[in-house]
Amino acid sequence: MSFINIFKSDARRRTTLFAGHVVPDSSRCVQCGICSYNCPIGIDVRAHAWRDEAINHSECLTCGECVARCPRGVLRFDRTDLFAKDAQ
Amino acid sequence: MRYAIIGTGAAGFASIEAIRSLDKSGEIFMLGDDPHGFYSRPGLAYFLTGELADKSLFPKTREDYARLNFTYQKARVTKINRAEKFLLLDGKTPLPYDKLLIATGASALPLTIPGANFQGVVKLDHLEDARGILSFAKRGKTAVVVGGGITALELTEGLLARGVKVHYLLRGDRYWSNVLDEHESRIVEARLQEEGVTLHFHSELTEVIGKGGKVGGVRLLNGKTIKCDILAYAIGIKPRAELAQDAELALDRGILVNEFLQTNDPDIYSAGDVAQVYDPITGRSVLDSLWSPARDQGRVAGLNMAGQRKSYIKSAPFNVTRLAGLTTTIIGAVGHGRDEDIVGIARGDSETWRQLPDAIVAQGGFDINRVRILVGEKILIGAVVMGDQTLSAPLQKIIAQKVDITSVRDKLLARDAKIADVIVDFWSKHAAVA
Ligand SMILES: Cc1cc2nc3c(=O)[nH]c(=O)nc-3n(C[C@H](O)[C@H](O)[C@H](O)COP(=O)(O)OP(=O)(O)OC[C@H]3O[C@@H](n4cnc5c(N)ncnc54)[C@H](O)[C@@H]3O)c2cc1C
Repeated sequence: MSFINIFKSDARRRTTLFAGHVVPDSSRCVQCGICSYNCPIGIDVRAHAWRDEAINHSECLTCGECVARCPRGVLRFDRTDLFAKDAQ
Repeated sequence: MRYAIIGTGAAGFASIEAIRSLDKSGEIFMLGDDPHGFYSRPGLAYFLTGELADKSLFPKTREDYARLNFTYQKARVTKINRAEKFLLLDGKTPLPYDKLLIATGASALPLTIPGANFQGVVKLDHLEDARGILSFAKRGKTAVVVGGGITALELTEGLLARGVKVHYLLRGDRYWSNVLDEHESRIVEARLQEEGVTLHFHSELTEVIGKGGKVGGVRLLNGKTIKCDILAYAIGIKPRAELAQDAELALDRGILVNEFLQTNDPDIYSAGDVAQVYDPITGRSVLDSLWSPARDQGRVAGLNMAGQRKSYIKSAPFNVTRLAGLTTTIIGAVGHGRDEDIVGIARGDSETWRQLPDAIVAQGGFDINRVRILVGEKILIGAVVMGDQTLSAPLQKIIAQKVDITSVRDKLLARDAKIADVIVDFWSKHAAVA
């Protein structure tokens, strides 16, 4: 299996859909853009990572594509209470 | 007030954001000689493998630029006139400044052997370099890679992904010997071999051979030759400090700056790969070639330029990277000595990683999932996490925050210690209290 296929199968291996946010750790991020490139609905995940802000985007499916594809472990799921935050 | 920023990289861009956060009306000029402006240099590796399109390397939108309200000029700065406080652009146009930031980055050390100017000899500094590599890298071709550190492997992986056969030459007997331990080097080497890379140890390049100015092969010190179409090199980098040297600013391996990122000229600052930054905690001035410190230094330089007195406190340098497809995090001080394949430092590298003082090593895991931690008197001073990355974030925090690990030190150093379990348990308790 080539390196590239290893990365792809990693992305496929994830199974769970989470209820929560995708949260970046900007100190790990090098702004490569793999997250934004792979977001199925075109959210600029990278811009959130630059600002160190959760992907608090109404259209985010929390599908996990960005989390799985990021080569540096910048992104993770956080089970924050989406509705409580939105209400603030 | 007029601010001039030389360099369009992470440090330069971050400085502009910081200046604008304090000074809404001052004029800001950003000057750069890369035709593509600000983009992710580390992302070039993923562009080579095909995981990313080149247009995706650009983090900022038109609106981001407009919001920051600065003038971007594609130009090479050819002189800094400190006495009269102006820059010379492309050898002819003067640009006066009040505060100046030199964020000119670093460039690959050139290969100096005969034939190094042949077509097909490549390096990886810029987007144009990456595009050039892709134009040569066609299925069925053969490449020789020389050098070390992360970039040599990024070149290797990029070429492999494009169907190129790769020979990797190492001068010594293992890969990245002053950062990785022997076991880690062997893991990486074995994975490269599984991918079909031919490793040549104790091999030194003496000449590029070719016809009509094109690479046809390489000759080694032992007389052997290897046929190839591409020679890719990553033998280290050098801060682009010529302008500063010309202007007689204080230099060592890079431009020397204090904790406020200020050079010995109080109106001139420096940040990023070109700067050798004073660390008030260790009393040392070190070079890093890492994105995150470059961004942080740029930010702190910008704040100081706009009048806020702010110190840059160096955090334990770390990088998360892929070595032969294996995710690897390197944190703090993990090795020492010289590596024959790199002169000085390389890309995605820190001098601090090789400043390992006395420490005891604890290691765990097998095969590809491995963790090595460097245990000091009361704190952890470094770690290498390969494969499974569960421990990467906790270790990064434990090391950066200098968390007191006395309570688990014996457990970590016990024979057959389950290091991962000890760290996870320690961290979950620590995080719960903190
Ligand atoms: C292939 C590659 C892989 C990397 N991998 C990693 C990694 O895994 N992790 C990590 O943390 N870091 C990595 N890095 C390093 C990281 O990209 C750098 O640390 C960071 O880009 C430094 O930012 P900077 O702003 O200091 O300099 P740069 O990004 O180098 O920008 C300097 C700019 O100054 C311009 N310039 C220089 N001289 C002049 C002049 N006289 N006039 C006008 N303009 C000038 C240049 O054109 C350039 O655009 C990698 C770099 C490369 C190239």
